[in-house]
Amino acid sequence: MIWQQIVNGISVGSIYALMATGYALIYSLLGFSNWAHGDIAMVGAYLGFMFIASMNLPWWAALILALLGAGLLSVISERLAYRKIRKNNSPTMFLMIAAMGLSVALQNFILVTVGSKFKTYPQVLPVKAINIGGVYIGLLDLISFLASVIVIIFLYYLIERTKFGLAVKAAAANMQVASLLGINVDRYISLVFLLAGSLAGLSGVFLGMKYTVYPQLGNFALKAFIASVFGGLGSVPGAIVGALFIGLMEVFVAGYISAGLRDLFTFSLLVAVLVIRPTGLFGKDIQDKA
Amino acid sequence: MAGYYEGLLILVGINIIAVIGVSILTGFTRLFSFGNGGFMAIGAYTGAILSTKLHTPLAVSILGGMLMAGFVAFLLGKITLGLKGDYFLIATLGFGESVRVIIENLQGVTGGARGYSGIPMKTDLFVIVISVALAIFIAWNILHSKIGRNFMAIREQEIAADAIGIDTAKYKNIAFVISAMFAAWAGVLFAHYFTFIVPIMFNLAKSSEMTITVVIGGLGSLTGSIVATTLLTLLPELARAAAEYRMLAYGVAVVLIITLRPSGLMGYKEFSARAIYYWVRDLFSRKAVKSGEEVSS
Repeated sequence: MIWQQIVNGISVGSIYALMATGYALIYSLLGFSNWAHGDIAMVGAYLGFMFIASMNLPWWAALILALLGAGLLSVISERLAYRKIRKNNSPTMFLMIAAMGLSVALQNFILVTVGSKFKTYPQVLPVKAINIGGVYIGLLDLISFLASVIVIIFLYYLIERTKFGLAVKAAAANMQVASLLGINVDRYISLVFLLAGSLAGLSGVFLGMKYTVYPQLGNFALKAFIASVFGGLGSVPGAIVGALFIGLMEVFVAGYISAGLRDLFTFSLLVAVLVIRPTGLFGKDIQDKA
Repeated sequence: MAGYYEGLLILVGINIIAVIGVSILTGFTRLFSFGNGGFMAIGAYTGAILSTKLHTPLAVSILGGMLMAGFVAFLLGKITLGLKGDYFLIATLGFGESVRVIIENLQGVTGGARGYSGIPMKTDLFVIVISVALAIFIAWNILHSKIGRNFMAIREQEIAADAIGIDTAKYKNIAFVISAMFAAWAGVLFAHYFTFIVPIMFNLAKSSEMTITVVIGGLGSLTGSIVATTLLTLLPELARAAAEYRMLAYGVAVVLIITLRPSGLMGYKEFSARAIYYWVRDLFSRKAVKSGEEVSS
């Protein structure tokens, strides 16, 4: 029983982790929490649904296309809104408000174009559970877990071992100096948004396959966001640890205490972390650059 | 049909009171909060329970709701207002959602997720007109007192405000408590108009809708916020076909305003009869002024 819960927790946590790393990447660069991130995941879930259900593409092709679509949407949102605000030298708070507006707009765009009905992905993967020593692991859970692990290793390689990662880290440390040193900061910001958006799209498709697709799917991202706060805003490893922790905590609270209290625990954790240690587990600098 | 328009005005009035609170907090103190929906819920449930269980008159229910929300805001402000910028916003978001979840789980007292019904219908047009007038009067006087000027000093430069001796922690908490009390006031009126409340009415979407209204009206304009509330409440009702696109348009409007004109429709300006008089006079006398300039040169 306890092992089953742990497996379930890790499976949810790995989907959260995909989203939480996106929050962390964008926060580390621009210093704001991208509220629209979850809604980009939601659009990704709808794209995946459309490709599978209406166009009858194989699931892996739909997955890749949805991932690219969400990444592209993320880049466009940065180009149209956030870049202008950065160039205006407005307070970073304004980035957050713009992101909030974008989130409302995306949710309602889907609402008026597709409708509020819950959609269920067609059965693309056989519902098989693999039995390992009495613990059942769903095929979908296994695939999403493996995909998350691969993506996270890829991300680690990208940030720690390539020129891209070096440039992003330089820009995160000091955008002006980085740009003086000849790094095209705007381009790297676009690339980070592409990366974060694609990860969100991937998690959106997995969420859609696991549950259903609906316009408020982005609210799942609230949990991922809390995970990234818990791990320390702007820290990628922190986001992953935080996501796994929240996934496990939710499953255990729902399993052993009460399913209704699950969200209360998560939100209380958020407030408690902010009050006791606002930097989270791995966060460093929280001073607002006034 | 008269009832329909009356209902519309009541809705506008309730929204105005809630938005005034957000305007004081966000427009004048530059603290962004996603918890005002939560304070509205606290007010609505406290007021509703007072009215149904203790049969208190509406004024007492309103005061009770406001005190309850103010007290919670005071405690929450004490522990979270030390946080910077978006960390504070995140903490209020967590609070707002927690309030909703707590209400959903307190089956015995609040009726849980199925809602609380049987609240006496006490909010009519008369009550709303008095409430809105009183709310605007109170807010206007707060903003034009020492407290209000301290809020604005914090908005412009918190570090500088600290340096000239303003107790920023205290005044931020005052702004937070005041905004929570306005939200609760609106919440009690809301409960006594619809006579039935469910926790989902006061969720994150409600909080962000109020913040959106203030951003559109102008971050730093009380009258701008009031005008924006009136327009944003009435427009979807008057143009029913467009109602579906309401929230989509809100979202797009916020992105456009924050990127192109971050100060909102009104900026820091207030509507006033005198300003309109000057504007009209200038409009008519522009020709005269121009010809006068030519003579003098």
